[in-house]
Amino acid sequence: MSVRENKTDVIVVGAGPAGISCAITLARAGKEVVLIERGMFAGSKNMFGGAIYTSAVKEIFPNFETEAPLERRTIEHNFAILGENDSTTITYRKDYNVSYSVIRGKFDRWCAQEAKKAGVYLVDETVVRGLIKEDDKIIGVKTELEEYYADIVVLADGVNSLLAKEIGLRKDIDTKDVALSVKEVIKLDKETINQRYGLKDNQGAIVEIFGGPMLGMLGLGFMYTNVDSVTIGLGITLNELVENNYRPFELLDKLKQHPSVAPFIEGGTLKEYSAHLIPEGGYKKIPQLCDNGVMIVGDAGMLVNNLHWEGTNLAMISGKLAGETAIDALNKKDFSKKTLSAYEKKLKKSFVMKDMYTYRDLMDVMHIRKKAFLSYYMKKINAFFEMFTSVDGVPKKEHYQKFIKSIFTDRGIVELFKDAWAIVKLLWSILL
Amino acid sequence: MNLDKKLYTLKYSPDTKSHLNPNQEQCKLCKGRPCEFICPAGVYEWNEDKNELIINYENCLECGACRIACERKSLAWEYPKGTKGVTFKNG
Repeated sequence: MSVRENKTDVIVVGAGPAGISCAITLARAGKEVVLIERGMFAGSKNMFGGAIYTSAVKEIFPNFETEAPLERRTIEHNFAILGENDSTTITYRKDYNVSYSVIRGKFDRWCAQEAKKAGVYLVDETVVRGLIKEDDKIIGVKTELEEYYADIVVLADGVNSLLAKEIGLRKDIDTKDVALSVKEVIKLDKETINQRYGLKDNQGAIVEIFGGPMLGMLGLGFMYTNVDSVTIGLGITLNELVENNYRPFELLDKLKQHPSVAPFIEGGTLKEYSAHLIPEGGYKKIPQLCDNGVMIVGDAGMLVNNLHWEGTNLAMISGKLAGETAIDALNKKDFSKKTLSAYEKKLKKSFVMKDMYTYRDLMDVMHIRKKAFLSYYMKKINAFFEMFTSVDGVPKKEHYQKFIKSIFTDRGIVELFKDAWAIVKLLWSILL
Repeated sequence: MNLDKKLYTLKYSPDTKSHLNPNQEQCKLCKGRPCEFICPAGVYEWNEDKNELIINYENCLECGACRIACERKSLAWEYPKGTKGVTFKNG
């Protein structure tokens, strides 16, 4: 290859958690990295539920707990099952430093500043419109204004990854493999938040919400506490919206009005509304993650563990592993698919691909049996507690008998058996 | 709360040209027009009189849902220019 101007070791497209982690890993090893971000600043086009995970962030930024702009340290996880107008909630509370709520416009921006300090050349407000290919190898990127060349290009361009699609590594996404998330950040004063959620100082709570306006659909709601605001939102598989003619923000409004949710946000003022896609296809939809001169990291590689609400941690670790692979490739001066496939091997050895593999059958089962698991049984859980807590002069035995009978009359023995079999098969695939 | 009030909380730097360009001939043939309701910013509206899709691209949140949901795969979808589009301060 001829010597070109505008040539660097590595170009990373997208300054989100994956791209920044990759770029900073390279810069710390003394490599020349250009990190290109389309937003006004890193984080300005990003949105998520609300929490980053301590263990993953520490791998990239060991001192982040004292230096990064964090909102609250999670001490409580709530799992709320919402019926039409009732709810059952399980709460797990422990201060074990697992995660922090953050505002991406602040947190990603801080991460990008740290990357700059480490020597990464950050280019803001620049959209990469295409990749440059020569002899079956990616050798650079085309932005709106100019062309930049590199030995390796890392695609951290997010869930839509038009670039991975352009070079054939990703196919068109199906509506059932992606969720649309809408959220609102609602301003409330710190004391009110602490009172409502039972928190002290900068302690935080997460509420994961099943059912409600999304009963029977593949969608989940969430609430996260920030210092002086509460985030409420939902993510719903896009095919549900298409098939049911739902407007996402109307579902969110319904969620906000639910009698078990409304008291938490009452009296607050809307600070910001936002929307983003979440890759939900799981293990089976992960594309080939490398080719000659190119690697894919984070959401662009569909690396999201939706059951555990994990995404940024998979993004950061995939970015780091791609960075380490690029360092080896640069040292060897070999940027072939064969050398870069070490990245996929590293991913397979890490929790990232192991977790993706563990839940490989989850989405298939959920798509088929969502009416059972995300509506029928949820309603039954609430019905059980309604029965259990009722004081109405009816003998308890009659209550129990009626409840048990209802399980068999409402759903039918064949369907119940199929549900149980689906759960057994799913657990089998997860545990073995 | 109506959608306009939600969108009013956002910082936008709109371009003078749309980054969302559907093939209007295909839109005329489209039955479901999912873009009209799935869009979190209500960007797409069908105009019966003109028999065409109106695109309020200035309100776009750049999520990409319309590109995937488009039944006829006839939406040319790209990111706005680097200095343009939406900015989330609290994403």
